[in-house]
Amino acid sequence: MIRLIRRPTPSKFWSWTTPILAVVATMIAGGLLFALLGKPPVEAIRTIFWEPLFGDNADYFRGQLLVKAGPLILIASGLAVGFRAGIWNIGAEGQYIMGAICGAGLALAVYPAESPWLFPAMVIAGAIGGFLWGMIPALLKVWFGTNEILVSLMLVYVAQNLLAYMAFGPMKNPQGMGFPGSRNLQQYPSAFNEELIPGTGAHWGVLAALVAVIAIYVLMQRHIMGFRIRVAGEAPRAARFAGVVPARLVVFCLGLSGALAGLAGMFEVSGPSGQITDGFNAGYGFTAIIVAFLGRLHPVGILLAGLLMALTYIGGDMAQMMLNLPSAAIQVFQGMLLFFLLGFDLLTNYRVRLGGARA
Amino acid sequence: MTGTLLKIDGLTKAYPGVVANDGVGFSVAPGEVHALLGENGAGKSTLVKMIYGLVKPDAGTMEFRGAPYTPAEPRAARATGVAMVFQHFSLFEALNVAENVALGMENPPPMRDLAARIREISHAYGLPLDPDRLVGDLSAGERQRVEIVRCLLQDPKLLIMDEPTSVLTPQEVEILFRTLRKLSSEGTAILYISHKLEEIRALCDGATILRGGKVVGSCIPRDKTARELAEMMVGGTFAETRRGGRTPGAPVLVVKDLSLPPMSQFGPALKHVDLTLRAGEILGIGGVAGNGQEELLATLSGEVPSADETVILKGEEASHLGPNERRARGLLSAPEERLGHAAVPAMSLTENTLLTGTIRKPLTKKGFIDMGAARAFAEEIIRAFDVRTPGPHVAARALSGGNLQKYVIGREVLQAPDVLIVNQPTWGVDAAAAASIRQALIDLAARGAGVIVISQDLDELMEIADNFCALYEGRLSAPRPVEGLSLDEIGLMLGGAQGMTEAQIEIQPEALA
Repeated sequence: MIRLIRRPTPSKFWSWTTPILAVVATMIAGGLLFALLGKPPVEAIRTIFWEPLFGDNADYFRGQLLVKAGPLILIASGLAVGFRAGIWNIGAEGQYIMGAICGAGLALAVYPAESPWLFPAMVIAGAIGGFLWGMIPALLKVWFGTNEILVSLMLVYVAQNLLAYMAFGPMKNPQGMGFPGSRNLQQYPSAFNEELIPGTGAHWGVLAALVAVIAIYVLMQRHIMGFRIRVAGEAPRAARFAGVVPARLVVFCLGLSGALAGLAGMFEVSGPSGQITDGFNAGYGFTAIIVAFLGRLHPVGILLAGLLMALTYIGGDMAQMMLNLPSAAIQVFQGMLLFFLLGFDLLTNYRVRLGGARA
Repeated sequence: MTGTLLKIDGLTKAYPGVVANDGVGFSVAPGEVHALLGENGAGKSTLVKMIYGLVKPDAGTMEFRGAPYTPAEPRAARATGVAMVFQHFSLFEALNVAENVALGMENPPPMRDLAARIREISHAYGLPLDPDRLVGDLSAGERQRVEIVRCLLQDPKLLIMDEPTSVLTPQEVEILFRTLRKLSSEGTAILYISHKLEEIRALCDGATILRGGKVVGSCIPRDKTARELAEMMVGGTFAETRRGGRTPGAPVLVVKDLSLPPMSQFGPALKHVDLTLRAGEILGIGGVAGNGQEELLATLSGEVPSADETVILKGEEASHLGPNERRARGLLSAPEERLGHAAVPAMSLTENTLLTGTIRKPLTKKGFIDMGAARAFAEEIIRAFDVRTPGPHVAARALSGGNLQKYVIGREVLQAPDVLIVNQPTWGVDAAAAASIRQALIDLAARGAGVIVISQDLDELMEIADNFCALYEGRLSAPRPVEGLSLDEIGLMLGGAQGMTEAQIEIQPEALA
């Protein structure tokens, strides 16, 4: 029989080293997988981790890296706050869609008026869209005690249908010759979320992600609100004793993560994506959950995890193109990363003992 | 009482990081009532578990009636004639007394015979029990009878009792003692574990004192004072609490007709609680756990709001205020459960100051945490209350129960409350630490604060409280001055017989059925 025994104080060294070990283990296991598929393992790993950063077309891919990492980090850092408090917002994908619809909706409503206030107004509209979508599971939980995991998740599908309706209906480009999808905001100067430094991929959303990381770091580590959130997650009774009102915490956490997811959606639709289409959402809201845990719910960890996740996406695409790797193999590869991280985490926090129970 | 029933020699048991028993040896004569004395963690429980076959010793020998005794499991121990009554009962509430007893037997006789045997034995030993009653309807004292009768049916030669009186009222303790004395006179030896020194002096013929896993002495308890016994346990002297003269001032906390529905499915409701706490007064609230203590603390601390005009703090309505608003107005509290309620286990002592300290201490600036100030406050608590820890960076769960309790009480006392409410302030705390906690509460009251001490330990309440109330099934009795109050009167109050007219009028439906 195998038994797990909790370590009284997990080693600081190992809790910082396990993510690196997990990446190395993923490379080895992934290499084996690729070898079994008859692909050159070293080259495949090199294509995924090296090519996007330092390969022949690295200039382009490095920009893509920020474009992909930006929304992941922005969403994940909001989710991590709730996860710390034991409030599980699984519906960031839906809040992301609603942020995009609200932000783009505002721009399309006033098209073609030009104003320097339009883009800031869209930012606010996007945040509000995500916030309100997050309020639905929050208020249902507070008033009726529903489970926020279920409600937030199901609202993703509602948002997806609303998105399709918008793309085919009210927001359809009148000059689009019948094609579904809205006007392209990239061609609407006041609404376009432009790259701040050309060629880097760094648009306003990337800057917002960076600001969010810093702000949430300060909130969680230095502010009494963050302290109470951590207490609520670790010892709910102690939190009530410390004066935390659980209902307010639910509203705060779902509101914050919803608003940040909405922001991410708005920056995406006004920038890299450009238009509302029925396939606009690319799963950032779900991947961000992985990013949040990969980064150990810590803002700095999330920053690094977001970049790593973006790298495996881009590198994975390249490996598919250059080496004909099946896309399922790439997904398995990404899954391994989380698997190994959680596995090594277990060893950091518990020691494994073989043999029967001893008194 | 001649010869030796149980002889133990060099018994050793080590767990990773701690030697629970180190070469322990003593012997018990037939019919002797023998006490095992020691502070928490002295190794009493490990020792009796080895005797009862629950734990296998690493080294050492045991002899029972002159023959080598190595019980591999409790069943073997019972077959030899060793029985044990645990501190926590293992009874099924949905089954009746006879069924519960049958479950603990190897070859239970037919139910009808068993019921007759239970009735016979329980009456013979002065512990009357109705075998057909559901255990769920029994009081704690009656449940203990079921456990004892279950043991007696096996006709044991040695009966081990682990903290048997912690759940009993003084009257029930008297009945239990009569039973134990009768058993002893019939030749059954009793190994008695308790930290209530007066009880041990009244009951036991001999005592073995354990400290840090080793036998540090033995004595005849009636020849020693309680204080001498305590000093043998801790291995040093400790200061006696000084009451000091206090004169109660104006009321600081008034509770009027406070009722509260049960917080959990099987929890008690609070029913029409009235109390007045004056400045400089220590009000002791006694009662067996589960009679509304937790509920009372939760409503007074502000965790659970109550109806309008039920809680009046320093002359102002406070019923709707949350814990932090009450802290701002001078009411602090320390719940019973240290880990997970009064402190966050995984957080450091520095971080744990922020749990309750941000309102009255400048630990935050505009909502931002001042870590330096928090650390300084943690260090102040550690210094002033002699918390044994390497430093404020240590996680709360790494502290022993007594040290964490000192930290929790210290954290509230050092915030200079006007009203302090504590639940079980010295539960599981060793004698020296308990004395220093009690002294801190007395000193706080001497400085003019009103203090409510909710405790199951009547000796503690008699020692420090000015007035005494009993909490029974969610009702609070009228207060009585502690001076001149006899244990008998307290026992009646704890049983709900005095100052609770409503309880008397109410007819118990079970009684009619």
